[in-house]
Parts: sequence; C-alpha cells; structure tokens
Amino acid sequence: MSIPDLIDADTLSATLAEALRTGGDFAEVFAEDKASTSAYLDDGRIEELSSGRDRGAGIRVVRGETTGFAHTADLSATGLAAAARAAAAAAHRDDGRVHEIALVAHDVAHPSPPSVRPGDVAKADKVALLLRANDAARADAPEISQVAVSYGDSRRRVVIANSDGLLTGDDQTRTFFSVGAVATGDTGMQTGREAVGHTVGFELFDRYDVDELGRAASQRARTKLAARPAPTGEMPVVIGPGGGGVLFHEACGHGLEADLIAKGASVFAGRRGEKVASELITLIDDGTVGGEWGAYAVDDEGTPAQRNVLIENGILTDYMWDFLRARKEGRARSGNGRRQSYKFLPMVRMTNTFILDGTDDPEAIVAGTDHGVYVAKLGGGQVNTATGDFVFGMTEAYLIEGGQITEPLREGNLIGNGPKVLANIDAVGNDFAFGPPGTCGKDGQGVPVGDGVPTLRVTSLTVGGQAA
Amino acid sequence: MSDELLAIADRVIGWARDDEQVEVVVGRSTETEIRVYEGDVESLSSAGTAGVGVRVIAGNRQGFAYAGSLDADVLGEVLAEARDNATFATPDEFLGLAEPDGVAVPTLDLYRESVASVPTADKVAMALELEAAVRAADKRISGIESAEYADGIGEGVVVSTTGIRSVGRESACYVGAYPLATDGDETKTGFGFSVGREPADLDVAAAATEAAERATRLLGAVKPSGGRMTVVLDPFVTAQFLGIVAGTMNGEAVNKGRSLFAGRLGEGIANPMVTLVDDPTDPRAYRATEADGEGLATRRNVLIDGGRLEQFLHNTYSARRAGAVSTGSAVRGFSSTPGVGARAVQLAPGDDDQPALVAAVGDGILVSSVSGLHSGVNPVSGDFSTGAEGLRIAGGSLGEPLREFTIASTLQRMLLDIVAIGNDVEWLPMGAAGVSLVIRDVSVSGT
Repeated sequence: MSIPDLIDADTLSATLAEALRTGGDFAEVFAEDKASTSAYLDDGRIEELSSGRDRGAGIRVVRGETTGFAHTADLSATGLAAAARAAAAAAHRDDGRVHEIALVAHDVAHPSPPSVRPGDVAKADKVALLLRANDAARADAPEISQVAVSYGDSRRRVVIANSDGLLTGDDQTRTFFSVGAVATGDTGMQTGREAVGHTVGFELFDRYDVDELGRAASQRARTKLAARPAPTGEMPVVIGPGGGGVLFHEACGHGLEADLIAKGASVFAGRRGEKVASELITLIDDGTVGGEWGAYAVDDEGTPAQRNVLIENGILTDYMWDFLRARKEGRARSGNGRRQSYKFLPMVRMTNTFILDGTDDPEAIVAGTDHGVYVAKLGGGQVNTATGDFVFGMTEAYLIEGGQITEPLREGNLIGNGPKVLANIDAVGNDFAFGPPGTCGKDGQGVPVGDGVPTLRVTSLTVGGQAA
Repeated sequence: MSDELLAIADRVIGWARDDEQVEVVVGRSTETEIRVYEGDVESLSSAGTAGVGVRVIAGNRQGFAYAGSLDADVLGEVLAEARDNATFATPDEFLGLAEPDGVAVPTLDLYRESVASVPTADKVAMALELEAAVRAADKRISGIESAEYADGIGEGVVVSTTGIRSVGRESACYVGAYPLATDGDETKTGFGFSVGREPADLDVAAAATEAAERATRLLGAVKPSGGRMTVVLDPFVTAQFLGIVAGTMNGEAVNKGRSLFAGRLGEGIANPMVTLVDDPTDPRAYRATEADGEGLATRRNVLIDGGRLEQFLHNTYSARRAGAVSTGSAVRGFSSTPGVGARAVQLAPGDDDQPALVAAVGDGILVSSVSGLHSGVNPVSGDFSTGAEGLRIAGGSLGEPLREFTIASTLQRMLLDIVAIGNDVEWLPMGAAGVSLVIRDVSVSGT
C-alpha cells in the first residue's frame, strides 16, 4: 500500500517549516479525506441514502508543554500555511530561523485491506440488503411492530507528516450493518438490536447473512416481551462470550490511558508491576487485529498499530501511549494516538481491547452459579477513571437460578468499581469471541473500537433493576 | 457575513429542475478552545468549519448529500449525488420541503461581536484564573484534570425552492473545570462551569466554587442500603431526565411506533403539577435559536399541560404524516437531513427552594449526578436505570455522601410519581433547563 496522495511532499515540508517559525519544537500535519455512504430503512421504506465527503487537515505545533492547533478544509499550499500560522500563534517565540524538513516516507501495510471497495458497489445492492433484513425481521413475527435497518460504509484516507521527518499514511475502509426491531405486546414495547461492523469492505456480507441479522434482532425484542424486571442489589454476574468486552473497556481500559495517568486521574496510576486483577486475567489492546472495528495500519500520529499487553496474569504491565505522553516519559509510543477527524487533537485511545481465553468450561461456569444474572450482551458504558466507578447497560440478560439460565430480564444498568471487579473474577472460559462494533467517546471525540471476552464470572456486581 | 453563505445557497438553488424540490443548508462556524494545566496553556485550538448539505425531493423520493467544504467545485457534485441518492428511495407521499407558514421569525439577539474581538490572551487568562481559583477553593483539591475556556460562533442559512430563506447567527462561550479532590487514599471528581453568549457573561468564581464543592462533597462516600425511596434530583440531573422525556415526544418516534406515549394525546401522563414546555425562543436557553433546521420560525410548544399530554414535536415531514403542522422543531447540521428534537425544555417551577424540598422529603437521597443514561434508559420501553452519586437525606437534612448505587423505575411511573418541583431553575449548557425535582417510590440498589 502506498501513502494516500492528498498533499504533495514539498507542500507538507513547507507547511511544517511555516508551523515551526515561531519557535515550536515539533510540528505535524494530519490530512484526511473521508468519503462515506449511509442507507437507512425505517417503517418498511428506504428513507434515505446519504453521501458525505469530509476533507481537511489539522496542524499542531508543540513547544514545551504547550500545543497550538488549527484545522482547515483548504488543502492548498496557502490554506495549509494559514492554518500553520494559526497553530504556531500559541508558541510566541519567534526564533527567526528558517526550518527545513526532510520527509522520509514509511509505508505500513494495513492489517485488512478491503477486497471489495464499497465505493465500487452499486447503491442498488446496498439498498437490497436493507430490504432483505427488514423482511427477515418481520417474517413469522406478528409481535414485531417496527424495524429499522442501517447500512454504512466509509473510506478514510490519512496522511501524517511531522517535523521529525516522518511521512506516512493509511487507507481505512469500514463497513457496518445494523437491525433494530420493536416488539409490542401486553407488557408494552421492547427493543432488540443486532449490529456488525468490521474494518473491511463489502465482503462483510460474505461473512454475515443479513437475514440472520434481521432474525436475531427480532428474536431479541420478542424474548424481552416476556422479561421480568431485573433484580436489585449485589450478586454474581456471568458475562457471555463476545457480549461483555465493554466491561474491561470501562472497568480498566480507560484507566490505563497515559494521559489520564499523567494527571493522576486514574486509580491505576503508579501501579505498574503490581497485581491489579485476578490472575485469570490477561488484557490486550491490539490495533493490528485484521478486520476488527478498531484496526488500522498507523494511528493518527503515524505510529504503527501494535499488540500491547496491558495486564498479564493479573499484573499491570503497561499503559497505552500517544506521542506527547511518550515524549515526556522518554519512551516508545504504543500506537494509541487517535482522533475523531482532522478537526481534533489526538489523544490516547484504545483500539481492540480484549481478554484472553481461560481454561474453564463455559457451561460449568453457569452451572456453578447458584443465583445471579447472565448477561449475553452488554450495551454502552461509562467510567470515572479517577474513582474507578463505572456503569454499563445490559441489553440482553437472563436470571440464573440453581445453576440454570432461566427467565429473560428487562434492561437495566450494572455498576461496579474497576479494581474491585478485576479482583473478583473467579472464572474465565475458553470460548473467546469478539463483540459488536463500538464507538468510544472521550472528551467529545468518538472513535471506532472493538472488544472481546470469553465467558467469565464476576463474583459480585451491583444490578440496578426495578424489582424491589 | 451571511451574504456569502446565501450566495452559495442561491447558486445551487439556481440549478434546480422544474420537477424537483431542492433545499440547501450552508453552515459555517469558528471555534476557540483553550485548555490549561498547572498554570500553563496545555493546548490552544482555533478552527473554522464550513459545509453544505443538499436535499432533493423528486417523484416523492428523497436523497441527500453533503460536503465539508464550500469550494465552488464541490457544489455541483453534492447536488448530483443527492439527486442520484433520491432514485433509490421508496416513494413517500408525505415527503416535501417546508413552506413559509406565516409564523414570524423571532428576533432573539443571540450573537455577540465580542466573542471574536476579545483577544485570545484574555481568554487564556480566564482559563488560568479558573484553574487557580479551583485550587485555592479547598485544600483537598489535589489536581485539576482540565480547566478550559471555549467559544464558538455559528452561522447558517437554509434556502429552498419552496420559498424558504432563513439566516441565523449565534455565539456561545464557556468555562469549565474538572478537579480531583483527595483525602487519604480516596479520590473524588467534580465539575463546575459557566456559560454565556460572550466572555463578559462568564462567572469564573461561581464555576470554581461549584467545581470544588462537587469534588469534595463526595469524599468519604459510602454505598447506601437499597430499597424503594423518595429521591430529590439536583437541577443538573433533572435537566438530563427532561431531555429523555422530551425525546419520547418526538413526532417522528411517535409516528413510527417508537414512543411510549404514542396514541395518548390528551391523557394524563404526569402529576397535575407538571407543565413542560419546549421554548427555543427563550434567549436564556443555551440552544435558543430563531429558525429551525428547515428555516421555519421556532416557537413555544407546550408538551405537558397540568399533567396532560398536550402535543408532540414535529418537523415538516413528521407533521404531514401525523396530520399535524410543523412545530418548528427540525434539528440538523449541514451533514444530515432534518430530524425532530427539543431544544429548550423547561419545567414550570414550583414555590420551594432545594432545602425546603429536602426538609419536606424527610428521608431519602439527593441525587447529585448520574451516569450511564445512554446505556440504562430505553426510551421505547421506558425502562430507566442509572448509576448515581449523591447525599443521604435524613430527618429533613442533608447527610453523608453516597456512591455506587443505582436508581431505577420507568419513565411512565417517574412522571406520575413526581411529588414536588423546586423554584431553583438553572440554565445549563444542554437542551433542557434544570430545577430540583422530587420523585417518590424509586428503586435504589445498594448493599
């Protein structure tokens, strides 16, 4: 793969030189060209096809501890120079020197280049998928009162050049499909959703049958019609394979981001080398897992993605790093510097975050739980990294009674404290699976992330149900 | 300024064919964001964003495209792409662009020149002053995760072949701090902020006091015992709750059977003391605006009147489908077609301040913050469950801090279980104003 041709190397060099004119000690140009298509079916109708194009560059200048940043949608040499001057304005120390930046190109292969570019697929073929999933979700299911189906693809080409001489880029294609169904019964309405998304092209649909996705969403909504209110209080919780990666994303992932560590805003600060979790837990963040939602060749600062072991057999081994934090600590970056788009500064973010397989038999984990909750799918979550307190939603959950999965439960939140929960994991299965695609939000920026877990049990979490 | 945006929109409209309706939205914004850390500028971002979105309706089919650029050469491409996209949509007789409806566009005075003219150095100084003030407020403040100043100016135009020609410009600015408070080996966080139309509106001292108070008052928090009890929601929490309630009154969700209040117009759905309005013409509201996303005048809409469900919010399409008229509630940016949304929800206030409400409750919990609203609330089924922190209410007074508990009920029950509304209306940087709210019989999980 070659570096996308968004801005020529001479213009990049000149822009970096302009950016350093006020005495900055580091400058960077991040250029992005993103084309996206989305199609939406609701209420039985193809409501909308939408196409979007976002193109621009973000320029940052670092001087000591201060970063200046500006972005522009104008990729001409003049537009870039103006943005470079705006970014440089934050560093008032005109050294009068003329800078020359020699750029050296680094090609990094993408872990999963698309085999079928969505841009080459006829719109009619995308629309046909929506109709099929809608029909499948409604077939033989009179309780299904509404279905929405969504298709999306994007191609994001980026170029990163910096004053250290780096010139690199990436070409990221992502394809997404989701079905949301509403079932109506005597007890009111319930919802069910099924979503798949991978860092691949239109070949996503060789891997998934949209009829199956439609039926899965429909089944989930119908099952919940008979659901009873979730219990209230502390109890054992078993998380199903692939359904609960968000637990680790929230319970410890964010707390291992070096920017929060540096500000003392994490319960995991200063704990490298210490035991922070059950010895059954090995936590990985890996942007090189081909096809997963958080995969890429290089991060948004030009660092190649890599596999980072964060917790090994319960011992905290390392944090995740971006350029600024790694520079300050005098260590290597870990490929975790990401941004939502050229309009934002990068910061430390997760990629694909997951727990490695254990040795327990998943069925035995459930059978060994006398009373508790089985969560097949967790929804979104949120964490306060400074206290470790986190919360996440159960979108598909069941009661466990006498070692058996019994009745479905209505939605609710689970809450816990990261370090406590990590210590209280007493069983990890051997049935690892990646979960559905996620969007991780931090400081107002959303980036695509993946996660995964095998079946595992937490001995005590607080279930926030409505039952007294 | 906006003449340039109108000229761009007019140019695209000039290319419309006789057999199609075309709507062009052009938006442009500039933003400044300054973050300080330990007495220094950590980052200073200044940026401009602009773009154009085109909606085409032809043969009862709708297509849309946008570009994050105002370059002359992209305009034709965007229109062509929107036209092409329309050919794949299912025909829908209710589609159609907004038409002038005779409602006068209010003049709200939402723009201040000073946002652009105040020197950056003065804005940096405000952020530094805030950080220093939070540190000085309490010796238990152990760090400031971030202290920031941010402002923005947004302008937008909507022009259509159906006679819409709307221009708007707004400014906003903000200071906020996120401190850490430490006592022994325990750390808690808080936040405080101040918002306004221009830098002179900002109250840095009040933001600092609030941030320090929120961070320190949870030190020593314990997990409460569970049960069903009465809770008092802090204004900040109420505003989030009202935002979710207003979402269930979205006409588009109602039309499609995704609202738990569909088919219930005219019925009592809340305690009779509850009157809820969405009024984007109130200039105190953070999201006040003169015209909606389709260029129609915004207006005051009563959603719940004395406990009775009065009306739903609509844009042009959802209104036509429901046999109603648009309530001027189209929301969008240049990169999307208009949805439906509330902008400035407020609850008619009651007579008592928060201490009086707490005294009347006797025993319960004051909920000062919630988390996981996006994951624990289902606006279709009404199931409501959220993580929470707060203070115990015992004997009519505030007691020890509480953490790591959940509050749960259903949206339907919570509206009926409202037993008192405070008089302490707070205008917050979100789509609803806050006020203290007392709700009984909420399920609290704890030990």
